[in-house]
Amino acid sequence: MKPVTRIHSRTAVLADENIDTDRIIPARFLTTTTRDGLGKLCFHDWRYLADGCDNPDFPLNQPQASGCAILVAGRNFGCGSSREHAPWALLDFGIQAVLCSEIADIFRNNALKNGLLAIMVSAAEHQWLLEHPGIELSIDVRGQFIELPDGGRIVFQLEPFARHCLLNGVDQLGYLLQHETAIAQYEQQPDHFTQEQAA
Amino acid sequence: MSARTLFEKVWDAHVVVAETGDTPAVLYVDLHLVHEVTSPQAFSELRQRGLQLRRPDRVLATLDHSTPTLPAGSDGERPYTNDEAKAQVSLLEANCREFGVALHGWDSADRGIVHVIGPELGATQPGMTIVCGDSHTSTHGAFGALAFGIGTTEVGHVMATQCLLQRKPKTLAIHVDGTLPVGVGAKDLILHIIGTIGVDGGTGHVIEYRGAAIEALSMEERMTVCNMSIEAGARAGLIAPDETTFAWLKGRPQAPQGKAWEASVNVWRSLRSDADARFDREVRIDAGAVKPTVTYGTHPGMAIAMDAPVPAARNAQERRALDYMQSEAGKPMQGTPVDVVFIGSCTNARLSDLREAANVLRGRRVAAGVRMLVVPGSEAVRRDAEREGLHEVFTAAGAEWRMPGCSMCIAMNGDMAQPGQLVVSTSNRNFEGRQGKGARTVLASPATAAASALAGRIADPREYLVEVAA
Ligand code: SF4
Repeated sequence: MKPVTRIHSRTAVLADENIDTDRIIPARFLTTTTRDGLGKLCFHDWRYLADGCDNPDFPLNQPQASGCAILVAGRNFGCGSSREHAPWALLDFGIQAVLCSEIADIFRNNALKNGLLAIMVSAAEHQWLLEHPGIELSIDVRGQFIELPDGGRIVFQLEPFARHCLLNGVDQLGYLLQHETAIAQYEQQPDHFTQEQAA
Repeated sequence: MSARTLFEKVWDAHVVVAETGDTPAVLYVDLHLVHEVTSPQAFSELRQRGLQLRRPDRVLATLDHSTPTLPAGSDGERPYTNDEAKAQVSLLEANCREFGVALHGWDSADRGIVHVIGPELGATQPGMTIVCGDSHTSTHGAFGALAFGIGTTEVGHVMATQCLLQRKPKTLAIHVDGTLPVGVGAKDLILHIIGTIGVDGGTGHVIEYRGAAIEALSMEERMTVCNMSIEAGARAGLIAPDETTFAWLKGRPQAPQGKAWEASVNVWRSLRSDADARFDREVRIDAGAVKPTVTYGTHPGMAIAMDAPVPAARNAQERRALDYMQSEAGKPMQGTPVDVVFIGSCTNARLSDLREAANVLRGRRVAAGVRMLVVPGSEAVRRDAEREGLHEVFTAAGAEWRMPGCSMCIAMNGDMAQPGQLVVSTSNRNFEGRQGKGARTVLASPATAAASALAGRIADPREYLVEVAA
C-alpha cells in the first residue's frame, strides 16, 4: 500500500443515509476475479440511466462534483455486504476519503486496508459538511484533523494501527507474518473447546 | 477471573497476541469458509508473494453465489449467466487444486450455500472462531461460535497466517422475553428486532441473543436470527449453546465422535455468559408482541407488522425508499400485489423453512401471474426435501424447484426479477436493485412468502394455517 498522509480536495456530497454496498457496486458485477477497473461500475445503477447515459439526477454526475476526491456521505455509509469491491470501486472512481458520522464496520475496515480514508466525524460536523458541498478540505492523517477553508479544524479519531499503516504504507500481511512464532506456538495447543479425545 | 460474556470467553481463547494501545490483537481463526466471489484476489495475493495456504485443513470451500440453479443441459454444459461467472467458478476449482483445499464443488453431495453447509457438516462448532468473505457469516453464531464476515484482503491474511488483526468489539445483549405467538417465527422476530434497533443499532458490537424466546428456538431458527445480525450493523451475533445445539450437532460428519463428543459437550456447556457478566448495552424485546413482519422500504430496518400502516417518510431518503418500493404511507403492506416469490438463501433455505412453506402451499395453487422460485440451501436440503416429497408440493402448486445456491438472494447468477416487479423474498436484504435492477424486495418469513404466492398479494400465513388445522 502507498502511504496516505494528506488529502486535499473539494467535497462532493451524497446525503442519503444507509448507502449500502449494493448501491456502491451492484452484485451482478462481482463475477470479476481482479481488483482493477471497477471505477466505471461505481454507483452503477444510480449513476446511469437505463439507456446507459449519465443520470443527471445523480449528484456525482454534476459538473461541480467532477474531480472531487472527498465524499461526504449520509449516515451509515457502506452498510450491507463485506465485498471489498466497494472500496476498490470507489478508489478507482477517484474517491480517496469518505466522511460520515457513522460508517459500517466491515466497509470501514476494508476501506482503511486499501488506503481509502473512511473517517467518522461528530453528528454536528457531519451535518455542517453535508450542508456545504464543494468546499475545499485538507485531511491530515498524521495530525488527525480536517482543515476547513477558513482555517478551522475538525478533529477525528483513527484507530492507531490503521493510522500507522496509512502513514507508513505498512503491509498488514507482512506485519502478521512477523508473528509466525507466536502463531505456531498457539497451534501447538489443543483446541480450546472442541476436544479431539476424551478428557 | 472476573465474570465474562460468552463472546469474551470465545475471544480470549483465540488471542495469539494481545492487543495494545498501538496494535490490534492477533486472533486465531478455527474455520475459514471460502466461496468463489470474494476469494480470487486473495489467492492471487498468495501466489504473487509466493506464500502457501497455511492450514488447508481449516478451510471449507464451496460454490454458491455465481452458480446456476438450473441443471446442466444435455450437452453437459451448465447454464451460467455469462462467461465471467463460469470463469469465476473454474478459478475457484483451480485455486483449490493448487492450494490443496478440499472443495465441495459440483461433484460433491454436500455442495450448497456456505452458511448452510458449514453447520450441516458439523464443521461449525461451539466456541470456534469462524470467518468468511461474506457478511452473513454471523449465521454460525447460532452455535455459540464467534463468526463474522471479512473483506478479501483479510481473506488473504487468514489464508496465509490463519489469523486476523482485530480490535475487540463491544457487546450488546438482546433479551427476548416471552413466547412467540402461534404462526409467528424466527424471521418475523429478527425483522422485528432490526425494525426496533435500526440498521446501525448493532454497529461496533457483537450481539448475544438471550432469553426464554431464544432458548425455545430450534437450531434452524437460531441460524435465521443470527444470520441477520449484520443487517442491524453487528458483525456477529451469537447464542449460548445448549441441549438443542448438542442434539442437532451430534453425529454430523465433522463433529467430534464417541468419547471426544462427550468431552466436547462437557466443555461446551461452559460456553455461556456468566450470571454477573456485563454487556456494553442491553435491549429488551417482547416476543409476544411480534406479528408476521415484512419490510416496506429499502433496508431491513424499514420493517413493520404486515397489518400495520407504513410510517410516513421522515426525510428525503425515506421518501426515496417509499417511492422506489411504491409503498404508501398510512396503508399496510398486507394486500400489496406480488409478482415474484423467492424462497431460499442462507437465511431461510433449510429443510424446516421449506416445510414451513410447503405446509401453507400443500394442495393449493400459486395465484395466476405470480412466479415462485424455491431454491434449497444445499444438496443435503434438496435430498431431504425430495425424500419428504416437498418438491412435489412446490411443483404441484406451480412453483419452480431449483438446484441449491444463493440464487435470487443476490441475483448474480441470472436468477433475478425484472424492473418494477415486487418480490416477496425470504432472503435478508431489500436494498435497491439487490434482486435485479429496479426490483422491489419485501423481506418475509417462508410462511408469509408462501401465503403471498397463493393470494397474489402480501398475505398473513395464519389464515392458511388455521384452515389446515381446522
Ligand atoms: S444466500 Fe445471499 S446472503 Fe447468503 S451467502 Fe448467498 S448471497 Fe450471501
